[in-house]
Amino acid sequence: MSKYYVNKFLYQVDGDPQLLAAYKADPAGLIERWERDYGRRLGTNNSVEKTSWLSFTDEERAALVGLDYPKLFELGAHFFLTLTIFIAIYNDDYEAAQGPLAFQREYAQKLSHWLDKDYPTVAL
Amino acid sequence: MAELSAVLATTHHPFYYKATHLTPPEEQLPQAPEWKRKVEAYRETLTAANPDILVMVGADHFHQFFSDNYPTFLIGKQPKYDATFYNEEREFSIPKYLLDGDEDLSGYMFQGLLDRGFDFSISHELKIDHSIICPIITTRPDADLPIVPIYTNIFAPPLPSPKRFWDLGRAIRSIIDEYPGDKKIAAIGSGHLSLELGGPRQFGETGPDPVFDRKAIDWLASGDIDAILANVTHDSMAGAGNATHGFMDLILMMGIAGPIEASYVDELDLFHTREMYMTWYPGGDPR
Repeated sequence: MSKYYVNKFLYQVDGDPQLLAAYKADPAGLIERWERDYGRRLGTNNSVEKTSWLSFTDEERAALVGLDYPKLFELGAHFFLTLTIFIAIYNDDYEAAQGPLAFQREYAQKLSHWLDKDYPTVAL
Repeated sequence: MAELSAVLATTHHPFYYKATHLTPPEEQLPQAPEWKRKVEAYRETLTAANPDILVMVGADHFHQFFSDNYPTFLIGKQPKYDATFYNEEREFSIPKYLLDGDEDLSGYMFQGLLDRGFDFSISHELKIDHSIICPIITTRPDADLPIVPIYTNIFAPPLPSPKRFWDLGRAIRSIIDEYPGDKKIAAIGSGHLSLELGGPRQFGETGPDPVFDRKAIDWLASGDIDAILANVTHDSMAGAGNATHGFMDLILMMGIAGPIEASYVDELDLFHTREMYMTWYPGGDPR
């Protein structure tokens, strides 16, 4: 499991409008491109130096391809990164259809099985 | 010597500006007018202190810094600071700012922290996120004073202890007290009471733990650091909400003020969080 790598994906894609639009339009395609190019860049802003060993597990990749934020919560992805990027992907459509905070409340509901339990840690 | 003219500790709600200034009145939250009134009243507590420099305490929310190199404690030392990241404009409609910095006090603060056992990181290319620009918007919207930004890690665990935040506040206070010259310095820090983000308790009708919020405000308002250190742990904060650890930056601010009663305490129950506005005047109330 690489929570770090999942977080790195969420961090980079959320911070780049072109990557974010590509993720929303074609999650599997963008993830393949990200793993081929951005993911192994050293840190988050180095186009020359590489990190050779980082990768997703199949479970992590499937959660990202499936826009499966309850699964990302379970895997310990950082809550702020996950919330922020999925608000970017879903909020406008939900708000237009159902009013303010509709997406955020559905998000909470989909995690309601964690109420009164210890959450998966986001510590690395 | 410099004078510490005020210490402000506040929650930072990134939607304040959008909710009260950018949203047409007929579409605003029912609480928006009261929220604006409370913020403007709070602003007067800073204005009355007539500061020359602002020491600003906040935390980067994975905007500039990420886990390849996330600083536990960091200070900026620059002549200027850009503020507001793309995704903060996108989600919160926070405007961009260009703030002046006070490089002399940054350098003095950095050395003073090293001398006191706080081995800070330092940045000469720091961009400010909403943890600092939100309190600028609420307490000094003209953004006309030079700043010294200090970042803490309340966000990417493992985190420093609550006691360490208090001790850091005490160290910052002693450095301000020893800073040569006659400048008036105000310290403004932002954090959270109970808060849940990206979890099952987010965006409820109240904050996730109103009982914690009540205690937390009372502890801070009375300067009761003993009660805080006896009751607040990483686990207890997690129990109040997964993002409650921002409370440690409010402990830090009380550390700058010292274990004294606050001169101004206000709060507002919003739909998913309790907002808090607190000011200490260690040298006496100028109002």
